[in-house]
Amino acid sequence: MKPAPFEYRAPDTLQEALTLLAENGFDAKLLAGGQSLIPVMNFRLAQPGVIIDLNRVSGLDQIDVLSDGQVSIGAMVRQATLEKSDLIRTRLPLLHQTIPFIAHPQIRNRGTIGGSLAHADPAAELPVISVALQAQFKLQNQSGERLVGAESFYKALFETELGEDEILTEVIFPATPTRTGYAFHELARRHGDYAQAGAAAVITLDEAGRCQNARLIYLNVGDIPMSASQAADMLTGNQLNDSLIEAAARHAADHEIEPGGDVHASAAYKRHLAFVLGKRAIYQARTAAQQLS
Amino acid sequence: MTQILITVTINGREETKHVEPRLLLSDFIRHDLGLTGTHVGCEHGVCGACTILFNGEAVRSCLMLAVQANGQTLETVESLGTPDNMHPLQQAFHEAHALQCGYCTPGFLMTLKPWLKENPNPNDHEIREALSGNLCRCTGYQHIVDAVKKTTDLRQQTTD
Repeated sequence: MKPAPFEYRAPDTLQEALTLLAENGFDAKLLAGGQSLIPVMNFRLAQPGVIIDLNRVSGLDQIDVLSDGQVSIGAMVRQATLEKSDLIRTRLPLLHQTIPFIAHPQIRNRGTIGGSLAHADPAAELPVISVALQAQFKLQNQSGERLVGAESFYKALFETELGEDEILTEVIFPATPTRTGYAFHELARRHGDYAQAGAAAVITLDEAGRCQNARLIYLNVGDIPMSASQAADMLTGNQLNDSLIEAAARHAADHEIEPGGDVHASAAYKRHLAFVLGKRAIYQARTAAQQLS
Repeated sequence: MTQILITVTINGREETKHVEPRLLLSDFIRHDLGLTGTHVGCEHGVCGACTILFNGEAVRSCLMLAVQANGQTLETVESLGTPDNMHPLQQAFHEAHALQCGYCTPGFLMTLKPWLKENPNPNDHEIREALSGNLCRCTGYQHIVDAVKKTTDLRQQTTD
Protein backbone atom coordinates (compact mmCIF):
# COMPACT_ATOMS: atom_id res chain seq x y z
CA MET A 1 0.00 0.00 0.00
CA LYS A 2 1.71 3.15 -1.20
CA PRO A 3 0.27 6.57 -1.94
CA ALA A 4 -0.07 7.58 -5.60
CA PRO A 5 2.56 10.10 -6.78
CA PHE A 6 2.07 13.74 -5.77
CA GLU A 7 3.99 16.98 -5.63
CA TYR A 8 5.15 17.93 -2.11
CA ARG A 9 5.32 21.50 -0.85
CA ALA A 10 6.32 22.53 2.66
CA PRO A 11 5.79 26.29 3.07
CA ASP A 12 7.26 28.19 6.05
CA THR A 13 4.56 30.83 6.31
CA LEU A 14 0.78 30.90 6.26
CA GLN A 15 0.85 33.41 3.37
CA GLU A 16 2.88 30.95 1.27
CA ALA A 17 0.52 28.11 2.18
CA LEU A 18 -2.53 30.19 1.20
CA THR A 19 -0.91 31.11 -2.13
CA LEU A 20 -0.13 27.47 -2.89
CA LEU A 21 -3.69 26.51 -1.99
CA ALA A 22 -5.16 29.24 -4.20
CA GLU A 23 -2.93 28.14 -7.12
CA ASN A 24 -3.75 24.45 -6.84
CA GLY A 25 -7.35 24.52 -5.63
CA PHE A 26 -9.16 21.22 -5.55
CA ASP A 27 -6.07 19.26 -6.60
CA ALA A 28 -4.27 20.23 -3.38
CA LYS A 29 -4.68 18.69 0.04
CA LEU A 30 -3.44 20.20 3.31
CA LEU A 31 -1.33 17.88 5.45
CA ALA A 32 -1.64 18.56 9.20
CA GLY A 33 -1.07 15.56 11.49
CA GLY A 34 -1.74 13.17 8.63
CA GLN A 35 -3.33 10.55 10.87
CA SER A 36 -6.46 10.41 8.70
CA LEU A 37 -5.10 11.71 5.39
CA ILE A 38 -2.10 9.37 5.06
CA PRO A 39 -4.16 6.18 5.64
CA VAL A 40 -6.65 7.15 2.93
CA MET A 41 -3.71 7.98 0.63
CA ASN A 42 -2.13 4.62 1.47
CA PHE A 43 -5.39 2.98 0.42
CA ARG A 44 -5.49 5.32 -2.61
CA LEU A 45 -8.96 6.44 -1.61
CA ALA A 46 -7.44 9.93 -1.89
CA GLN A 47 -4.99 10.79 -4.67
CA PRO A 48 -4.24 14.49 -4.34
CA GLY A 49 -1.94 16.01 -6.95
CA VAL A 50 -0.26 18.35 -4.48
CA ILE A 51 0.35 17.96 -0.76
CA ILE A 52 0.80 21.22 1.14
CA ASP A 53 2.47 20.27 4.42
CA LEU A 54 1.53 22.70 7.21
CA ASN A 55 4.01 21.26 9.72
CA ARG A 56 6.69 23.86 9.00
CA VAL A 57 4.32 26.84 8.98
CA SER A 58 5.11 28.98 12.00
CA GLY A 59 2.51 30.49 14.32
CA LEU A 60 -0.18 27.82 14.13
CA ASP A 61 0.72 25.95 17.31
CA GLN A 62 -0.09 28.47 20.04
CA ILE A 63 -2.54 28.12 22.92
CA ASP A 64 -3.58 31.53 24.27
CA VAL A 65 -6.08 32.90 26.76
CA LEU A 66 -7.71 35.99 25.28
CA SER A 67 -8.61 39.01 27.43
CA ASP A 68 -12.25 37.98 27.83
CA GLY A 69 -11.36 34.46 28.99
CA GLN A 70 -11.79 32.83 25.60
CA VAL A 71 -9.20 30.20 24.75
CA SER A 72 -7.60 30.32 21.32
CA ILE A 73 -5.98 27.13 20.01
CA GLY A 74 -3.87 27.14 16.85
CA ALA A 75 -4.93 24.60 14.25
CA MET A 76 -1.61 22.72 14.39
CA VAL A 77 -1.66 22.14 18.16
CA ARG A 78 -1.23 18.38 18.64
CA GLN A 79 -3.85 16.38 20.50
CA ALA A 80 -1.11 15.15 22.89
CA THR A 81 -0.26 18.78 23.71
CA LEU A 82 -3.89 19.45 24.66
CA GLU A 83 -3.88 16.29 26.76
CA LYS A 84 -0.83 17.45 28.74
CA SER A 85 -1.84 21.11 29.03
CA ASP A 86 -2.82 22.40 32.50
CA LEU A 87 -4.40 25.41 30.84
CA ILE A 88 -6.73 23.18 28.81
CA ARG A 89 -7.45 20.97 31.83
CA THR A 90 -8.59 23.93 33.95
CA ARG A 91 -10.21 26.12 31.30
CA LEU A 92 -11.74 23.57 28.92
CA PRO A 93 -12.43 20.47 31.03
CA LEU A 94 -14.72 18.84 28.46
CA LEU A 95 -12.11 19.10 25.72
CA HIS A 96 -9.43 17.80 28.10
CA GLN A 97 -11.39 14.79 29.31
CA THR A 98 -12.31 13.77 25.76
CA ILE A 99 -8.77 13.68 24.29
CA PRO A 100 -7.91 10.19 25.68
CA PHE A 101 -10.80 8.78 23.62
CA ILE A 102 -9.04 9.82 20.41
CA ALA A 103 -7.26 6.78 18.96
CA HIS A 104 -3.96 5.97 20.71
CA PRO A 105 -1.01 7.85 22.24
CA GLN A 106 1.14 7.54 19.09
CA ILE A 107 -1.68 8.97 16.96
CA ARG A 108 -2.26 11.84 19.40
CA ASN A 109 1.43 12.74 19.24
CA ARG A 110 0.89 13.70 15.58
CA GLY A 111 -2.84 14.39 15.23
CA THR A 112 -3.85 18.05 15.39
CA ILE A 113 -7.02 19.80 16.54
CA GLY A 114 -7.42 21.68 13.25
CA GLY A 115 -6.88 18.59 11.12
CA SER A 116 -9.48 16.63 13.01
CA LEU A 117 -12.03 19.47 12.93
CA ALA A 118 -11.57 20.13 9.21
CA HIS A 119 -11.60 16.42 8.28
CA ALA A 120 -15.16 16.29 9.71
CA ASP A 121 -15.42 12.59 10.38
CA PRO A 122 -18.83 12.04 12.06
CA ALA A 123 -17.20 9.43 14.31
CA ALA A 124 -14.48 11.82 15.53
CA GLU A 125 -14.61 13.34 19.00
CA LEU A 126 -13.27 16.85 18.42
CA PRO A 127 -16.03 18.06 16.06
CA VAL A 128 -18.64 16.96 18.63
CA ILE A 129 -16.80 18.77 21.44
CA SER A 130 -16.39 21.94 19.38
CA VAL A 131 -20.14 22.01 18.66
CA ALA A 132 -20.97 21.25 22.32
CA LEU A 133 -18.75 24.12 23.50
CA GLN A 134 -19.89 26.49 20.71
CA ALA A 135 -16.39 27.08 19.40
CA GLN A 136 -15.66 29.50 16.57
CA PHE A 137 -13.41 28.46 13.70
CA LYS A 138 -11.16 31.02 12.03
CA LEU A 139 -10.99 30.37 8.28
CA GLN A 140 -8.39 32.27 6.28
CA ASN A 141 -7.76 32.78 2.59
CA GLN A 142 -5.60 35.23 0.63
CA SER A 143 -8.14 38.03 0.89
CA GLY A 144 -8.87 37.79 4.60
CA GLU A 145 -10.42 35.79 7.38
CA ARG A 146 -13.85 34.95 8.76
CA LEU A 147 -15.21 33.31 11.89
CA VAL A 148 -17.68 30.45 11.56
CA GLY A 149 -19.51 28.82 14.46
CA ALA A 150 -18.84 25.10 14.87
CA GLU A 151 -22.50 24.20 14.49
CA SER A 152 -22.81 25.86 11.06
CA PHE A 153 -19.34 24.62 9.96
CA TYR A 154 -20.52 21.02 9.56
CA LYS A 155 -22.72 20.70 6.45
CA ALA A 156 -22.94 17.03 5.46
CA LEU A 157 -20.86 13.85 5.50
CA PHE A 158 -17.21 15.04 5.26
CA GLU A 159 -18.53 18.38 3.97
CA THR A 160 -17.84 21.64 5.75
CA GLU A 161 -18.10 25.38 5.31
CA LEU A 162 -14.36 25.46 4.46
CA GLY A 163 -13.83 26.93 0.98
CA GLU A 164 -11.42 25.45 -1.55
CA ASP A 165 -8.94 28.29 -0.92
CA GLU A 166 -9.36 28.47 2.86
CA ILE A 167 -7.31 27.13 5.75
CA LEU A 168 -8.72 26.56 9.24
CA THR A 169 -6.04 28.35 11.29
CA GLU A 170 -7.46 28.76 14.78
CA VAL A 171 -10.23 27.55 17.05
CA ILE A 172 -11.67 29.87 19.67
CA PHE A 173 -13.54 28.42 22.64
CA PRO A 174 -15.78 30.68 24.75
CA ALA A 175 -14.92 31.16 28.42
CA THR A 176 -16.35 28.49 30.69
CA PRO A 177 -19.59 29.71 32.31
CA THR A 178 -20.05 29.29 36.08
CA ARG A 179 -22.08 26.41 37.61
CA THR A 180 -21.51 24.36 34.48
CA GLY A 181 -20.86 20.63 34.35
CA TYR A 182 -19.61 18.57 31.41
CA ALA A 183 -19.57 14.94 30.38
CA PHE A 184 -18.63 12.84 27.38
CA HIS A 185 -19.38 9.16 26.92
CA GLU A 186 -18.82 6.87 23.96
CA LEU A 187 -18.84 3.17 23.22
CA ALA A 188 -16.25 1.57 20.94
CA ARG A 189 -15.63 -2.12 20.30
CA ARG A 190 -12.02 -1.66 21.39
CA HIS A 191 -10.62 1.35 23.18
CA GLY A 192 -9.24 3.75 20.57
CA ASP A 193 -11.39 2.48 17.72
CA TYR A 194 -13.94 4.81 16.19
CA ALA A 195 -16.94 4.76 18.51
CA GLN A 196 -20.28 3.28 17.49
CA ALA A 197 -22.00 6.17 19.25
CA GLY A 198 -21.21 8.85 21.79
CA ALA A 199 -22.74 11.82 23.56
CA ALA A 200 -21.50 15.08 25.05
CA ALA A 201 -23.54 17.05 27.57
CA VAL A 202 -23.06 20.58 28.87
CA ILE A 203 -25.37 21.59 31.74
CA THR A 204 -25.48 25.03 33.38
CA LEU A 205 -27.56 25.40 36.55
CA ASP A 206 -29.05 28.61 37.91
CA GLU A 207 -28.75 29.69 41.55
CA ALA A 208 -31.87 27.73 42.47
CA GLY A 209 -30.38 24.56 40.98
CA ARG A 210 -32.63 24.57 37.91
CA CYS A 211 -31.19 23.93 34.47
CA GLN A 212 -30.38 27.31 32.96
CA ASN A 213 -28.80 26.04 29.77
CA ALA A 214 -28.25 22.60 28.26
CA ARG A 215 -26.44 21.31 25.21
CA LEU A 216 -26.54 17.74 24.04
CA ILE A 217 -24.45 16.67 21.02
CA TYR A 218 -24.17 13.15 19.62
CA LEU A 219 -21.32 11.37 17.88
CA ASN A 220 -21.57 8.97 14.93
CA VAL A 221 -25.37 8.79 14.81
CA GLY A 222 -25.72 11.01 11.73
CA ASP A 223 -23.60 12.54 8.98
CA ILE A 224 -22.42 15.41 11.22
CA PRO A 225 -22.29 16.05 14.99
CA MET A 226 -26.00 15.81 15.88
CA SER A 227 -27.35 18.51 18.14
CA ALA A 228 -30.42 17.53 20.18
CA SER A 229 -31.85 21.00 20.73
CA GLN A 230 -35.41 19.87 21.53
CA ALA A 231 -34.14 17.55 24.25
CA ALA A 232 -32.02 20.42 25.59
CA ASP A 233 -35.15 22.63 25.63
CA MET A 234 -36.98 19.99 27.66
CA LEU A 235 -34.29 20.31 30.33
CA THR A 236 -33.98 24.10 30.35
CA GLY A 237 -35.84 25.89 33.16
CA ASN A 238 -36.46 22.71 35.12
CA GLN A 239 -35.05 20.75 38.05
CA LEU A 240 -33.16 17.85 36.48
CA ASN A 241 -34.77 14.86 38.14
CA ASP A 242 -34.39 11.29 36.94
CA SER A 243 -37.63 11.10 34.98
CA LEU A 244 -36.99 14.34 33.10
CA ILE A 245 -33.44 13.31 32.20
CA GLU A 246 -34.72 9.96 30.96
CA ALA A 247 -37.49 11.60 28.92
CA ALA A 248 -35.08 14.07 27.29
CA ALA A 249 -32.56 11.34 26.47
CA ARG A 250 -35.40 9.26 25.01
CA HIS A 251 -36.64 12.14 22.88
CA ALA A 252 -33.14 12.83 21.52
CA ALA A 253 -32.55 9.17 20.67
CA ASP A 254 -35.97 8.74 19.04
CA HIS A 255 -36.32 12.02 17.15
CA GLU A 256 -33.12 14.04 16.89
CA ILE A 257 -30.51 11.68 15.47
CA GLU A 258 -30.22 9.86 12.15
CA PRO A 259 -28.11 6.77 12.70
CA GLY A 260 -27.25 4.56 9.76
CA GLY A 261 -26.58 0.93 10.48
CA ASP A 262 -23.23 -0.65 9.69
CA VAL A 263 -21.65 -4.08 9.98
CA HIS A 264 -20.94 -3.60 13.70
CA ALA A 265 -24.12 -1.85 14.84
CA SER A 266 -27.64 -1.64 13.41
CA ALA A 267 -29.47 1.70 13.37
CA ALA A 268 -31.76 0.46 16.16
CA TYR A 269 -28.77 -0.52 18.30
CA LYS A 270 -27.19 2.90 17.74
CA ARG A 271 -30.43 4.55 18.88
CA HIS A 272 -30.31 2.42 22.00
CA LEU A 273 -26.69 3.42 22.60
CA ALA A 274 -27.52 7.09 22.04
CA PHE A 275 -30.28 6.85 24.65
CA VAL A 276 -28.08 5.17 27.26
CA LEU A 277 -24.98 7.30 26.63
CA GLY A 278 -27.00 10.52 26.40
CA LYS A 279 -28.75 9.80 29.68
CA ARG A 280 -25.44 8.99 31.35
CA ALA A 281 -23.85 12.18 30.01
CA ILE A 282 -26.71 14.41 31.23
CA TYR A 283 -26.61 12.81 34.70
CA GLN A 284 -22.88 13.22 35.00
CA ALA A 285 -22.89 16.81 33.73
CA ARG A 286 -25.73 17.70 36.11
CA THR A 287 -23.92 16.17 39.07
CA ALA A 288 -20.70 17.96 38.16
CA ALA A 289 -22.60 21.27 37.91
CA GLN A 290 -24.26 20.66 41.29
CA GLN A 291 -20.87 20.10 42.90
CA LEU A 292 -19.71 23.48 41.55
CA SER A 293 -22.84 25.32 42.76
CA MET B 1 9.02 11.72 -10.43
CA THR B 2 10.86 14.57 -8.72
CA GLN B 3 13.10 13.42 -5.94
CA ILE B 4 13.79 15.50 -2.86
CA LEU B 5 17.11 15.48 -0.98
CA ILE B 6 16.60 14.90 2.74
CA THR B 7 18.94 14.58 5.70
CA VAL B 8 17.86 12.82 8.88
CA THR B 9 19.65 11.95 12.10
CA ILE B 10 18.78 8.34 12.83
CA ASN B 11 20.09 6.49 15.88
CA GLY B 12 22.73 9.21 16.24
CA ARG B 13 23.98 8.92 12.65
CA GLU B 14 23.34 11.40 9.86
CA GLU B 15 21.93 10.06 6.59
CA THR B 16 21.31 11.96 3.35
CA LYS B 17 19.19 10.45 0.58
CA HIS B 18 17.06 11.37 -2.41
CA VAL B 19 13.45 10.31 -1.89
CA GLU B 20 10.17 10.47 -3.77
CA PRO B 21 7.59 12.58 -1.85
CA ARG B 22 5.23 9.61 -1.64
CA LEU B 23 7.76 7.37 0.12
CA LEU B 24 6.46 6.48 3.58
CA LEU B 25 8.83 7.02 6.48
CA SER B 26 8.52 3.33 7.39
CA ASP B 27 9.66 2.25 3.91
CA PHE B 28 12.47 4.82 3.92
CA ILE B 29 13.79 3.41 7.19
CA ARG B 30 13.56 -0.21 6.01
CA HIS B 31 14.44 -0.03 2.32
CA ASP B 32 16.61 3.05 1.91
CA LEU B 33 18.44 2.88 5.24
CA GLY B 34 18.34 -0.90 5.65
CA LEU B 35 17.10 -0.71 9.23
CA THR B 36 14.68 -3.61 9.07
CA GLY B 37 14.03 -3.76 12.82
CA THR B 38 11.09 -1.40 12.27
CA HIS B 39 8.28 -3.67 11.14
CA VAL B 40 5.37 -2.87 8.88
CA GLY B 41 2.04 -4.50 9.72
CA CYS B 42 -1.13 -2.78 8.61
CA GLU B 43 0.22 0.36 6.91
CA HIS B 44 -2.79 2.40 8.00
CA GLY B 45 -2.05 3.25 11.60
CA VAL B 46 -3.88 0.49 13.44
CA CYS B 47 -1.30 -2.08 14.53
CA GLY B 48 1.58 -0.02 15.94
CA ALA B 49 4.34 -2.36 14.66
CA CYS B 50 6.07 0.53 12.84
CA THR B 51 6.30 2.80 15.92
CA ILE B 52 9.53 4.82 16.05
CA LEU B 53 10.62 7.95 17.89
CA PHE B 54 10.31 11.19 15.93
CA ASN B 55 12.11 13.96 17.83
CA GLY B 56 11.76 11.77 20.92
CA GLU B 57 8.03 11.08 20.59
CA ALA B 58 6.47 7.76 19.65
CA VAL B 59 4.79 7.97 16.25
CA ARG B 60 3.60 5.58 13.58
CA SER B 61 6.16 5.70 10.79
CA CYS B 62 3.62 4.36 8.25
CA LEU B 63 1.54 7.52 8.75
CA MET B 64 4.35 9.93 7.90
CA LEU B 65 6.21 10.74 4.72
CA ALA B 66 9.97 10.41 4.59
CA VAL B 67 10.21 14.03 3.37
CA GLN B 68 8.60 15.16 6.62
CA ALA B 69 11.61 13.79 8.52
CA ASN B 70 14.01 16.18 6.76
CA GLY B 71 16.20 17.79 9.42
CA GLN B 72 14.58 15.77 12.22
CA THR B 73 15.86 13.18 14.69
CA LEU B 74 14.67 9.58 14.52
CA GLU B 75 15.25 6.58 16.75
CA THR B 76 14.42 2.98 15.87
CA VAL B 77 14.64 -0.30 17.76
CA GLU B 78 18.25 -0.67 16.57
CA SER B 79 19.14 2.20 18.93
CA LEU B 80 18.20 0.20 22.04
CA GLY B 81 20.66 -2.65 22.59
CA THR B 82 22.52 -5.58 21.06
CA PRO B 83 22.02 -9.32 21.63
CA ASP B 84 24.99 -9.26 24.04
CA ASN B 85 24.04 -6.03 25.73
CA MET B 86 20.30 -5.65 25.75
CA HIS B 87 18.42 -2.53 26.81
CA PRO B 88 16.64 -3.08 30.18
CA LEU B 89 13.32 -3.14 28.33
CA GLN B 90 14.57 -5.81 25.93
CA GLN B 91 16.01 -7.79 28.84
CA ALA B 92 12.66 -7.61 30.67
CA PHE B 93 10.74 -8.69 27.55
CA HIS B 94 13.13 -11.62 27.21
CA GLU B 95 12.80 -12.68 30.83
CA ALA B 96 9.01 -12.28 31.05
CA HIS B 97 8.38 -14.12 27.74
CA ALA B 98 6.72 -10.96 26.44
CA LEU B 99 7.04 -12.08 22.83
CA GLN B 100 6.46 -15.17 20.77
CA CYS B 101 6.81 -14.43 17.06
CA GLY B 102 8.35 -11.03 17.86
CA TYR B 103 6.88 -9.17 14.92
CA CYS B 104 5.14 -6.55 17.05
CA THR B 105 7.93 -6.23 19.62
CA PRO B 106 9.92 -3.31 18.10
CA GLY B 107 6.72 -1.24 18.13
CA PHE B 108 6.05 -2.08 21.77
CA LEU B 109 9.62 -1.24 22.78
CA MET B 110 9.66 2.11 21.00
CA THR B 111 6.24 3.02 22.43
CA LEU B 112 7.44 2.21 25.93
CA LYS B 113 10.83 3.91 25.87
CA PRO B 114 9.64 7.55 26.09
CA TRP B 115 6.51 6.63 28.03
CA LEU B 116 8.41 5.03 30.91
CA LYS B 117 10.53 8.15 31.18
CA GLU B 118 7.39 10.23 31.77
CA ASN B 119 5.65 7.53 33.82
CA PRO B 120 8.31 5.79 35.91
CA ASN B 121 5.90 3.95 38.26
CA PRO B 122 2.82 2.95 36.27
CA ASN B 123 0.07 0.61 37.47
CA ASP B 124 -1.43 -2.18 35.34
CA HIS B 125 -4.23 0.00 34.02
CA GLU B 126 -1.84 2.75 32.94
CA ILE B 127 0.43 0.23 31.24
CA ARG B 128 -2.46 -1.25 29.28
CA GLU B 129 -3.66 2.23 28.33
CA ALA B 130 -0.18 3.18 27.10
CA LEU B 131 0.03 0.01 25.01
CA SER B 132 -3.51 0.25 23.62
CA GLY B 133 -2.16 1.35 20.24
CA ASN B 134 0.01 -1.74 19.76
CA LEU B 135 -1.45 -5.06 18.66
CA CYS B 136 0.07 -8.42 19.60
CA ARG B 137 -1.59 -11.56 18.26
CA CYS B 138 0.55 -14.06 20.21
CA THR B 139 0.93 -13.21 23.86
CA GLY B 140 -2.49 -12.07 25.06
CA TYR B 141 -0.64 -9.05 26.49
CA GLN B 142 -0.30 -10.29 30.09
CA HIS B 143 3.39 -11.13 29.71
CA ILE B 144 4.00 -7.76 28.07
CA VAL B 145 2.44 -6.00 31.07
CA ASP B 146 4.60 -8.23 33.31
CA ALA B 147 7.71 -7.19 31.36
CA VAL B 148 6.94 -3.51 31.81
CA LYS B 149 6.51 -4.03 35.56
CA LYS B 150 9.78 -5.97 35.65
CA THR B 151 11.51 -3.01 33.99
CA THR B 152 10.15 -0.54 36.52
CA ASP B 153 11.02 -2.89 39.44
CA LEU B 154 14.57 -3.29 38.14
CA ARG B 155 14.93 0.43 37.80
CA GLN B 156 13.71 1.01 41.35
CA GLN B 157 16.21 -1.52 42.69
CA THR B 158 19.08 0.16 40.90
CA THR B 159 18.11 3.65 42.09
CA ASP B 160 17.44 2.51 45.67
